[in-house]
Amino acid sequence: MSWILIVEQSLNGLQFGLMLFLLAAGLTLVFGIMDMINLAHGSLYMLGAFLAATLVQATGSFAAGVLLAIPATALLGMLLEMSVLRTLYARDHLSQVLATFALILILNEAVRIIWGPDMPLSVPAALSGPVQLLPGMVYPAYRLLIIGVGAAVAGALYLLVARTRIGMLVRAGASNREMALAMGVNIRRLFTLLFGVGAGLCAVAGALLGPLFAVQVGMGENILILAFVVIVIGGIGSIRGALVGSLLVGVVDTIGRAFLPLLFGIFFQPRVASAAGPAIASVLVYLLMAVVLYIKPQGLFPARG
Amino acid sequence: MGRAAPWIVLALALTFPLAMQAEHQTYYLSFASRIFIYALAATSLNLILGYGGMISFGHAAFVGTGAYVSSILLSEGVASAWIGWPAAVAASSLAALVIGAVSLRTRGVYFIMITLAFAQMVFFLVNSMKAYGGDEGLSLRERASLGLGVDLGSDFAFYYAALAALAAGLYGLHRLAHSRFGRVIQAIRENEERAEAIGFPVYRCKLVCFVIAGAAGGLAGALLASHGKYVNPNVLHWTQSGTLMMMVIMGGAGRLWGGVIGAAALLGLEDLIANHRVDWLAAIFPNYQQHASLGVGTVLLAIVLFAPQGIAGMLARKKHA
Repeated sequence: MSWILIVEQSLNGLQFGLMLFLLAAGLTLVFGIMDMINLAHGSLYMLGAFLAATLVQATGSFAAGVLLAIPATALLGMLLEMSVLRTLYARDHLSQVLATFALILILNEAVRIIWGPDMPLSVPAALSGPVQLLPGMVYPAYRLLIIGVGAAVAGALYLLVARTRIGMLVRAGASNREMALAMGVNIRRLFTLLFGVGAGLCAVAGALLGPLFAVQVGMGENILILAFVVIVIGGIGSIRGALVGSLLVGVVDTIGRAFLPLLFGIFFQPRVASAAGPAIASVLVYLLMAVVLYIKPQGLFPARG
Repeated sequence: MGRAAPWIVLALALTFPLAMQAEHQTYYLSFASRIFIYALAATSLNLILGYGGMISFGHAAFVGTGAYVSSILLSEGVASAWIGWPAAVAASSLAALVIGAVSLRTRGVYFIMITLAFAQMVFFLVNSMKAYGGDEGLSLRERASLGLGVDLGSDFAFYYAALAALAAGLYGLHRLAHSRFGRVIQAIRENEERAEAIGFPVYRCKLVCFVIAGAAGGLAGALLASHGKYVNPNVLHWTQSGTLMMMVIMGGAGRLWGGVIGAAALLGLEDLIANHRVDWLAAIFPNYQQHASLGVGTVLLAIVLFAPQGIAGMLARKKHA
């Protein structure tokens, strides 16, 4: 185990965490303002990736494809909100879980019908090589791009929520919806807009992670659960919580998978270590969530004071 | 349902295999067994979700634990169902006790999320059990054996075993719902603070209810593994928990027959779309049969939006009207 490996894995964790943040940000605001559990958020991530793959193929340029996929996915998200999700705000959580679970089934099949089970999307040729970060340490250029884009989008989102009038309304809605309504905020329109932004962020994450994982039906399902873990850890409705939670989950997950087997190898016999290491590493984030909930049942940064 | 209806259903279920055997339709015998097993799993979830008001999004953890414990015992040469199934039930109860003890300290959305998180933990743990197939799953050479001259390897005998388990589960739920304990559970669902104020041990009652449901889910899992002679980590995937919830809500949450109706409706619908070609529909959508879950999802969405009481609720309402 050398320091190069540690730096490399930390960067991987940072990169994964930032992408998780893009998913969790939309989810936590939807959850916080409308008290709405939206399992179909992962489907928007999938839609974004498929749209990006198609548009990259059509335009022949990675950047153009991804940039076009963002508004397209945002539009689809707003359409979804206006047609189905809007009727669910007043319902209980159970109905929301089931209705959006049904949406996952429907959207998965719709994608399968339109595109088939998967789409090719590869790292653009210009970024496929490694970059020398420090003497003796190289890192894939594409992953650096993800970190850069992720940090920029996260920063822009933070400014949007913390510094603009729209953001002020969003925060007002998240901390007390009835009061915001009473003060004359048009929550309905604000929410459709917010949903569009959330869907656009899903598209960014889906398009950028597509070449690293795979653009396939069902790709949103596992990462969706991680995004829920993030917002529960961070505190539902809190952007700051989502950021801290994302980075925490991203780093813990990546570092755990990389080093826990090695660590176990020091203390246990190789046979035990090779079995137990990966097993413990894969449940680490869920353990983290259980511990956080046990100590702070409202998450780290509760939005409702 | 009327007083006679359960007995009529039971009589039909008991004679069904004879009719099928006369027609040489063994596929539907096996299919009906699958419905019974899922009905038992959905009924166990209905106890906590419908009667207890605990929205557990991790019920697949208990079904999966039961399935894996019984399969691992089978693959290690312990063939007797009298050991394998009780062991599955015991393991699932233990899992429910641990998961419930932590999760039931939270409320509302956090309860949904923490049960989901625990189920994911079990999912990933099973995934990394390389000795038992890991993510590829575990194939079994034969079903568990019941002894007593019954060969569960035949679909005919297995049908009756699954039916017996489901009947026992339903009878248990019926008795439980009308017992003092069941009343307390439903009172907690209606108003937890009031139940607490009256002096009921709310947390302990919920935990006991959670463990009973986990145990029954474990039995369903053991049956499921034996039925297909195969188990893989997908029985623990969170979408499986969602499917079970879907069955309960489709059928009717908090109603005795809810889980049964939901399981039959959902699996029946899937089978109907996938295996029974409708010519005019196929003329419009040539490959529609490969996309059964599109139909299932649409029906579920319609039920949640327009008939939140489920199928059993609609039947009951019609009778009162």
